[in-house]
Amino acid sequence: MNAITFTNVSKQFPKTNYKAVKSVSFEIEEGELVTILGSSGCGKTTLLKMVNRLYDPDEGDIVLFGENIRDVDPVVVRRRIGYVIQQSGLFPHMTIEDNISTVPKLLKWDRKKQQERCRNLMELVGLDYEKFHKRYPHELSGGQQQRVGLARALAVNPKIMLMDEPFGAIDAINRLNLQDELKKIHRETNQTILFVTHDINEAFKLGNRVMIMNEGKICRFDTPQNVIRQPGDAFTQSLVQSAMDQEKFWREYRD
Amino acid sequence: MIEYMAKHPDKLLTPLIEHIEMLVITLLLSIVIAAIFCMISALVPFIGNVLIHFFSIVYSIPSLALFAVLIPVTGLGRTTAIVVLVVYNQYLLLRNFLAGFANVNSNVLEAAKGTGMTKIQVLTKIQVPLSKGAIFTGMQLAVVSTIGIGTIAASINAGGLGSLLFDGLRTLNTVKILWGTVLSAGLAIVVNGVLNVVKKKQEGG
Repeated sequence: MNAITFTNVSKQFPKTNYKAVKSVSFEIEEGELVTILGSSGCGKTTLLKMVNRLYDPDEGDIVLFGENIRDVDPVVVRRRIGYVIQQSGLFPHMTIEDNISTVPKLLKWDRKKQQERCRNLMELVGLDYEKFHKRYPHELSGGQQQRVGLARALAVNPKIMLMDEPFGAIDAINRLNLQDELKKIHRETNQTILFVTHDINEAFKLGNRVMIMNEGKICRFDTPQNVIRQPGDAFTQSLVQSAMDQEKFWREYRD
Repeated sequence: MIEYMAKHPDKLLTPLIEHIEMLVITLLLSIVIAAIFCMISALVPFIGNVLIHFFSIVYSIPSLALFAVLIPVTGLGRTTAIVVLVVYNQYLLLRNFLAGFANVNSNVLEAAKGTGMTKIQVLTKIQVPLSKGAIFTGMQLAVVSTIGIGTIAASINAGGLGSLLFDGLRTLNTVKILWGTVLSAGLAIVVNGVLNVVKKKQEGG
């Protein structure tokens, strides 16, 4: 069964005269890690936020595991889906443990189960439970905060994870580490992950398939190898070319 | 002045206690009603704007006029005074509360919504704890305003420290006027001080 199916989905925001997302259709299988790549304003975040009903489409259908989410209460949809955003969005007045246990608390798990889950999650994202669980977000570095954000999203082991430029504000070395850990977590959990980024290296490194968006439309949706070998349309070509030019620049300076 | 206090301690104490009673009842009612309005505004943001506009207009009506308008409805006395004071407070409380809620970091709000909190849960678990500063400011303003406007309520037989002032004015008794002024100003300073201590403790903890 497909995890995520979009059929002719369009979205236009009030007081704008263009569609942020234009009649988009695609299918994603369970267990895929799909990266969505595009420049700012291409509609990639809008597309992502329609999956957990932070936005509702004007036209078209979004079906998750056979269920049209238009018929499901948005709050219920969101509790089933993990959501990670840039700058982590941690709750500053809550400890790390309370932040991670947000959704288990909303679902009224018993305290012992919450604590156990929190311990496992912190281990999974590489944070020492004893050292960190009672701290507050401002006492952590940006990379550590984003690990907590990831743990919070993973809390109830959602089948679908949405990640909106989660590593965008993190320094290069930490970003590479987090990317590797995300790949590891993905292998272990077999979750379906939608990952928005404007970093072409990140998109091609993480994605089983890469969705390239421009002006509200999908230009290409294929495996990294296929996209690089046959970029197809002009926009994708220029993207791939820009990455290669960068590579050339590194090589020139090294030699 | 000291002589007056020694001779008639009850003439000062009774209005002071009346004033404090009026203050406490007014504040409790104001906060409960403001909390209900905040919840409604969280569910339907449009209503929040309408309420603020409405109460800002009411707030601009002089208190004596508002007392007079309400006398046919609720009669002379304390009930009318409290109704008017509660209505005035709604402007001060709602404005500060809603501004505080709106100032919570948008990333945090989006994360709260995205993890599947209902609008009321976002309000109670995220927005209220993160806008304690604005909430306290609103309450402090309400306290000072209630103590001040509360003195005018004596003109409609609501008692309180205003009765000292009005009696003093009528009989040209300077000592009474001074005591009325000192006690109401003192009350405002003390209550404000207590709120400041509570605020500091909250921030520290």
